[in-house]
Amino acid sequence: MILDGKAPTGKIQDSWDKHRFDSLKLVNPANKRKYKILVVGTGLAGASAAASLAELGYQVEAFCYQDSPRRAHSIAAQGGINAAKAYPNDGDSIYRLFYDTIKGGDFRAREADVWRLAQVSNNIIDQCVAQGVPFARDYAGYLDNRSFGGAQVSRTFYARGQTGQQLLLGAYSALSRQIGLGTVKMFARTEMLDLVVVDGEAKGITVRDLVTGELRSHVGDAVVLATGGYVNVFYLSTNAMGCSVTAIWKAHKKGAYLANPCYTQIHPTCIPQAGDYQSKLTLMSESLRNDGRIWVPKKKEDCNKPPNEIPEDDRDYYLERKYPSYGNLAPRDIASRAAKEQCDEGRGVGPGGRGVYLDFSASIARLGENTIRERYGNLFEMYERITDENAYQRPMRIYPAPHYAMGGLWVDYNLQSNIPGLFVLGEANFSVHGANRLGASALMQGLADGYFVIPYTIANYLAQTKPGKAKADHAEFKKSLADVKAERDQLLGINGKRTVTEFMREVGVLMWNNVGMARSKESLTETLQKLPAIREEFWKNVKVSGSGEEFNQQLENAGRTADFLEFAELLSRDALHREESCGGHFRVEHQYPDGEAKRDDANFSYAAAWEWKGRGQAPELHKEPLKFENIHLAVRSYK
Amino acid sequence: MSATEHGTMNLKLIVWRQPAPDQPGRFETYDAKNITPHHSFLEMLDVVNEDLIKAGKDPIAFDHDCREGICGMCSAVVNGVPHGGQERTTLCQLHMRKFKDGDAIYLEPWRARAFPILRDLVVDRGALDKLIQAAGFVSCHTGGVPDGNAVLVGKPEADYAMDAAECIGCGACVAACPNGAAMLFAGAKVSQLAELPQGQVEAPQRVAAMVKAMADHGFGNCTNHYECEGACPKGIKVKFIARMNREFTRALFLEKIGAISTTRAASGD
Repeated sequence: MILDGKAPTGKIQDSWDKHRFDSLKLVNPANKRKYKILVVGTGLAGASAAASLAELGYQVEAFCYQDSPRRAHSIAAQGGINAAKAYPNDGDSIYRLFYDTIKGGDFRAREADVWRLAQVSNNIIDQCVAQGVPFARDYAGYLDNRSFGGAQVSRTFYARGQTGQQLLLGAYSALSRQIGLGTVKMFARTEMLDLVVVDGEAKGITVRDLVTGELRSHVGDAVVLATGGYVNVFYLSTNAMGCSVTAIWKAHKKGAYLANPCYTQIHPTCIPQAGDYQSKLTLMSESLRNDGRIWVPKKKEDCNKPPNEIPEDDRDYYLERKYPSYGNLAPRDIASRAAKEQCDEGRGVGPGGRGVYLDFSASIARLGENTIRERYGNLFEMYERITDENAYQRPMRIYPAPHYAMGGLWVDYNLQSNIPGLFVLGEANFSVHGANRLGASALMQGLADGYFVIPYTIANYLAQTKPGKAKADHAEFKKSLADVKAERDQLLGINGKRTVTEFMREVGVLMWNNVGMARSKESLTETLQKLPAIREEFWKNVKVSGSGEEFNQQLENAGRTADFLEFAELLSRDALHREESCGGHFRVEHQYPDGEAKRDDANFSYAAAWEWKGRGQAPELHKEPLKFENIHLAVRSYK
Repeated sequence: MSATEHGTMNLKLIVWRQPAPDQPGRFETYDAKNITPHHSFLEMLDVVNEDLIKAGKDPIAFDHDCREGICGMCSAVVNGVPHGGQERTTLCQLHMRKFKDGDAIYLEPWRARAFPILRDLVVDRGALDKLIQAAGFVSCHTGGVPDGNAVLVGKPEADYAMDAAECIGCGACVAACPNGAAMLFAGAKVSQLAELPQGQVEAPQRVAAMVKAMADHGFGNCTNHYECEGACPKGIKVKFIARMNREFTRALFLEKIGAISTTRAASGD
């Protein structure tokens, strides 16, 4: 089937304004309170959506698995948030942000969605300032900017190295205000385990109370998923331990198409893995690349020498060498692959030779240690706690790690999935980042979707549906509850020999080695052969103790792992079908002689949206062709 | 055998186990074997839990999520000190190189009247959310706000607000306080928003509502022990408690002279 994203046509500059007037119906204020909206996830997208929808007068119920909505993983974003304010007078514009994002995504995103993102980016900064977000300021009191990868302008706003935290606390404060007013009912420590579809429309969710173990359904007039990304499929990633594919995977199994799952972002600047016991990888903000220079020794025999003893002439600043115009600020996918290349050539540093240096000595000499401390002090401290090394005196060691999912549930221009009434925001959808996300754009998208898109677009759906249409006693709700209970009981009843973590680690290592930074027909075929066996063993041999009617973290992890085991197959299948390299998806068969990704626009200029066809059945591929009417398709060059 | 930089260590854990809020708890002793100095504290607990699961016992329940020191979810008292006592470090960022072979480590949940224990080391910190819901915000709604540069904020004021805003809401300050007070948590939010022009309009109502909410939700008061500052993994300073007291006095005074009413909580609606 050919999918239609229903993007507006005509002049791109007018597309969002025109769409809002021409195509979006309104719900009048007196009617809004009759509708109930269920919002799952309270990160930047979910919290901002829940708060904004409640302010408009809708009844909102919000859900998160953490003990407080303030802890969603948006909190960990460090570097900043992009906006086209052009305050530094350096040639930025909405058009340039639009262009950079399309190009950065390797021409695999829908133009109109990206335009809208760039357009509302400026409103986000204003909104956050009004909430009391303490952005960095200069001495005259104006907002300060820094640079990020994939851009030649400074358009990134920041709050020290904790921008995500401050933006999330802003959205959380807006959400808290509505909770206090009684317009949002908050359900923390509650995990969504199923989507309920009634007569083809999303009308509810089934959840587990993680404290008491109670399973129950919630009925609403629309469901909004803002449940984040899925790169914990690689086991070790920069995501929080609880981040999972479960919410979107359950929705997928109820009919929602999952688009471009193979677009995964591997972040270039993370602390390298130190041992097998490790539970997660820690990111060092990309903003460090503003002042740090990345290098490896030119000679293999220098790799074990202390870095300070390697003379300048024997260092290979490979990003500056290969990409002179962007240098250390090359986009993430390119910087990650380049690091892997150096290490594959045997010039990596640190344990296992899987690391490259990020060196601040030149900046410290130029600006002084105090300036560097002021800019990145908390990151240097975090680095020292984990590695026991002082990065003011010795270059950091970094290596790429799974970080972000560009793929996600397919949505149209209104952020509605192919199931009417199911809306998907933020990292959980596939919409704006194409095949590679630029730094400081995730925060922008989360808040754009929540504050400035969903309040308009959800009204168009609600205006055409009667409030309270679905009832809790409908057969679909009963079936959903029974299905969730059956899966829970099955997991508890296996009582095998291997722990949940052992399975997740096994699948994660397989995915990282075969479907990570470089993918080939062989590696993907092998993965697709191995995954069903791991899944089968999981369902025969996993050990989950305790009961379902109590606080049971093993049971939570087992459910998430079961979903990852299924999802991993779809991710690999998507990667195998996409016979080209683009952005974060690198097929070794498709590259230029200099190792750059080789796109195939003639055959793959589309979003691949997969439809679930049942366990053990091949999913069906639907294509949404991508049209580029404003930006010419070109080989992405950062040289 | 003593642990060297690259050697492994064996430790004894004495852990508070409590199956449910309404059931009695007790200390149980476990071995943590073959721990390297590079394990984080929570990774050490992962090792112990894997052993427990394989032995058919219930693993130790503990809160954790980001494991990079920012989400504020991890929370346990280690040898009597919330987060284990390394300066400005959350439990997830504490590494085992701070311990030595043969150490005995006591692990307890946050203990405070406002934080009921849910299971083992997991407590309910919902009372902190209630403080924010009472008034820990600027009552602006989405849209209709001025340009970000329309209202200037001096760098010292922005830095001061950011110092306060770094709070991760973990509750270590409450756990460390002999009175179970949330003064550092509330003081940080009151100070952040009172310092910025955007938050000044509602400052008196905000502080009055948050002080009332602290009493309503079971938190004690401050008697200047400064334990909160010592335990805070983000280095939040007690000067913010002083600021809150000053803001509160100011609010009472303004109400006394009839300039404002604090009975209506800040909400904007």
